[in-house]
Amino acid sequence: MSDASELHDLIEQVLQRYQRRPDRLVQILHDIQDGLGYLSDATIALLAERLQISYAQVRSTRDFYAFFYSEDRGQYRILFSDNVTDRMAGNQALFQQMLDYFNLQPGKVSRDGLVSVDLTSCTGMCDQGPAILVNEMAITRMTPQRVNQVCALVSAGVPLAQWPSGFFAVDDNIRRADCLLGASPEPGESIRAAIARGREGMLAEMKHSNLRGRGGAGFTTAIKWEACRNAAGEQRYIVCNGDEGEPGTFKDRVLLQSYAGRVFEGMVIAAYTVGAQLGLLYLRAEYRYLRPRLEAFLAGMRAQNLLGKDIVGVSGFDFDIEIHLGAGAYICGEETALIESLEGKAGKPRVRPPFPVACGYLNQPTVVNNVETLCKATEIAIHGGAWYEAIGTKQSTGTKVLSVSGDCARPGIYEYAFGVRISQVLEDCGARNAIAVQVSGASGACLSERELGRRIAFEDVPTAGSFMIFDKQRDMFEVARNFAHFFKHESCGFCTPCRGGTALISSMMDKIAEGRGTQYEMNELLRLQAVMKTSSHCGLGQTAGNAIADTVQKFRPAYERRLAQTDFVPAFDLDAALAKARHLSGRDDAHAHLGEEV
Amino acid sequence: MNAPHELPQKLRIATTSLSGCFGCHMSLLDIDERLLELATLVEFDRSPITDIKHCGPCDVGLVEGGVCNAENVEVLRELRRNCKVLVAFGACAITGGLPAQRNNREVTQCLTQIYRTDSGEVAVPNDPELPLLLDKVYPINEIVRVDYFLPGCPPSGDTIWKFLTDLLTGRTPRIEHPLLKFD
Amino acid sequence: MSDNLNSGLDSTATFSIDGRRVPFEAGQTILQAALAAGVYIPHLCNHPDLKPHGSCKMCTVIVNGRNGSACTARAMPGLEVENDTPALNDRRRVLLQMLFVEGNHFCPGCEKSGNCQLQALAYDLEMLAPHFRHAFPARVVDASHPDIWLDLNRCIMCELCVRASRDLDGKSVFMLAGRGTNSRVVVNSPSGLLKDSALTIDDRAAHICPVGAILPKRVGYAVPIGERQFDQATIGHQVDYLAKRTIPIRPVAAETAAATEGN
Repeated sequence: MSDASELHDLIEQVLQRYQRRPDRLVQILHDIQDGLGYLSDATIALLAERLQISYAQVRSTRDFYAFFYSEDRGQYRILFSDNVTDRMAGNQALFQQMLDYFNLQPGKVSRDGLVSVDLTSCTGMCDQGPAILVNEMAITRMTPQRVNQVCALVSAGVPLAQWPSGFFAVDDNIRRADCLLGASPEPGESIRAAIARGREGMLAEMKHSNLRGRGGAGFTTAIKWEACRNAAGEQRYIVCNGDEGEPGTFKDRVLLQSYAGRVFEGMVIAAYTVGAQLGLLYLRAEYRYLRPRLEAFLAGMRAQNLLGKDIVGVSGFDFDIEIHLGAGAYICGEETALIESLEGKAGKPRVRPPFPVACGYLNQPTVVNNVETLCKATEIAIHGGAWYEAIGTKQSTGTKVLSVSGDCARPGIYEYAFGVRISQVLEDCGARNAIAVQVSGASGACLSERELGRRIAFEDVPTAGSFMIFDKQRDMFEVARNFAHFFKHESCGFCTPCRGGTALISSMMDKIAEGRGTQYEMNELLRLQAVMKTSSHCGLGQTAGNAIADTVQKFRPAYERRLAQTDFVPAFDLDAALAKARHLSGRDDAHAHLGEEV
Repeated sequence: MNAPHELPQKLRIATTSLSGCFGCHMSLLDIDERLLELATLVEFDRSPITDIKHCGPCDVGLVEGGVCNAENVEVLRELRRNCKVLVAFGACAITGGLPAQRNNREVTQCLTQIYRTDSGEVAVPNDPELPLLLDKVYPINEIVRVDYFLPGCPPSGDTIWKFLTDLLTGRTPRIEHPLLKFD
Repeated sequence: MSDNLNSGLDSTATFSIDGRRVPFEAGQTILQAALAAGVYIPHLCNHPDLKPHGSCKMCTVIVNGRNGSACTARAMPGLEVENDTPALNDRRRVLLQMLFVEGNHFCPGCEKSGNCQLQALAYDLEMLAPHFRHAFPARVVDASHPDIWLDLNRCIMCELCVRASRDLDGKSVFMLAGRGTNSRVVVNSPSGLLKDSALTIDDRAAHICPVGAILPKRVGYAVPIGERQFDQATIGHQVDYLAKRTIPIRPVAAETAAATEGN
């Protein structure tokens, strides 16, 4: 059989799997790339033709996602998670070790087409890093020995399925369980409880509970559900936002790994309350390893009539859940970008309003809830809104699951009632000598020692769950620079302030790192941050400069000790800028060099 | 106490063209009869007008052109060292301009193409008299600190006059419609 | 807020921009109402014939104390909008400078100069220099089409061409691909070249570019300096043009295009 006909067959198979639906394009591209290793221009041209959509449209989607490749990246595509916690655990040396082993440049495929090694944004394994992805399968706890083992397996061409299963073990590391993580309701218990309350009753309990979204923004969940229920539409959808991309966050990974029943039952309850028939779990590609067991879990629920037709015997209550895989784009955590991605497009945030509750997935009323939020709905169904409302603080009810990582003795998952002090969390996880805590990830707030008495709550320090600890040996400038690079990489490019601002901030941070910065750059960083915060289209750009602004203010000496003595230094080495001409002319005289101006 | 101040002496101005076409300098001459008035207010130090080769202490430096090679950098630094106020004079000084249109290709490619003989041989001269090319052509504010920007390709005589008279009379120079032009 | 609050007809349907009362019709955005009333709000990615997009963020105003895009925010009775303030114009200048340094904008060598909205906005906001470090990116110039140039050095990612081709021409010739600073307009054709696409000189998409990224060929510097659109008055004083504009540069040499330009 020729290559061409194999390609046609593969595309045909994949298209049949997705009913030739263009809105399944992200899933289709995933499956085709699984077969071919990458998505060449020719492949997507053929795909566009078969899907009867434009070539440019397919290209737009392919080129947006970090995990879709237009060129061959090798049989083994290895990505090192490059969150600051991975760096603190020594990922850079391991990355270099692997590059050296294969004699590779970052992101370039080896000459034999075997392997490529590159960096990627936080993969959500911060409590067990440094972590890597091999063909999107997570391997944690990398050490020099493990790097050698991986290199050997790759060199020998051993299929991933035959690698030691221990490599792929991902631990939960639950250190503190409260209402959610400590309970183990019977399968279906929360669904039956919700049905016993009735649709109105369940919504009333949700209102009473004052549950707020756990993805960070803290919107009241009951208001979303009610608005979706009341919106005009032919279909309603429940979307579970499992695109946990915020650096330092991994609690949704644990919830999906060990509490999948709570997540899915939460979706069923939401569907029951708003009248939806289809649910979609958007699973970030970094958590792809979870997919088979999640699919199996869904099958089990169907077998128990917790999904499907006439759920738990309620006539006409039909609901099912599909899993969609992301493809490496932090921005898809933003709910409208996520919906765009679910529809097969590049994940760029929509203009709001209209909000998804009125016009979401396929322009129908859609609830988008965080993984943890949906788990909370099961608690409310079982115990009632009054019970829930009594936990936490008045404005932040219930418990919050924190992903604790960085400089502490016991990184992992900690569940607390809202209102817990930062210092309490530090004590519990065994963090001594913390000089800073980055709460809610790269987009969150950097708290200094003076602020450790503050509380985790929407009204004080809000968080999506990330809690990264830095002790006195850490350099907060490098922390902020890591975040600056992250945002430049993850900016979707839609709006000017974010596209331009993340790039400029990133290059200014590099300039300072190279000893070329001055007070001028310090001021410029703050000026750019202010423009991004006030003008950006979505939360990414609005918050991308937060860590910079916080560290410039609270850890100023970490910047200042890198500044040049003069009031101006060019951003680049002038002498190095002559190197090519010097080489071509064969000159090395005094006039062929430029020193730094003092 | 607050009597209108007399300028103690003439302001000293240096001008230079780096990688430019001298068009901005031509435009400076285009202020026509106002040159006579200017001559009463300023005196020129290093400038193509005076043919003085090196710059002494000056009040104002006008720099035309982008920074294309090592010599441009040295001249620019000399002006920066000696001038209280440095002005990016015209489009090339501000954006790299026409010379910067080479920036979309490698300097290696430029040189090998230019110094290719008919027989196909590449012989880039190694004469120390010839300034070495930088990898790109840069606006002057990416090499030194710049105080004012006077856009235009070239800035018109009227624009230059407005700028200089603002500067000489102690007003922050303001260039707006219809004097503000990038072409 | 429900829509019936601004159900037209009502003579009280006004809001204020910098203290000036501006009437509006139901469904209008702040920008639409402002332009109709002769009030200028800077913008680049908006066009009267296309749905609001909200990406350039030049029209960011403060609405009842909150930042928002005037092109996507609906006008509502009683809104208090801040627009022409030093702080907002400072921000806009920064956004302009970001656009200037991320591409290769060489005004003296661009046929659109004098008719370019990016340049006009820079004049209007008295932007004297791009300020930031130039990226000098390597971008594509596609001269393959017999009638139309595509020079991505000048592209500002406003997606007007993308939207015009899709929504007005029904062709979807252009798409924005990539992400972040790697975003770029791509052409829908197997070769990726404009000549193999469905674009024709009659298309709205061939003329809607606010900068000089898409230009008709064989026009050149057709209008003398001094007589171009923004030579006479800054863009801020040409609100009427912005509200009703169809195509800035008339392709005088390409008579085919002139004939098809309706209103």
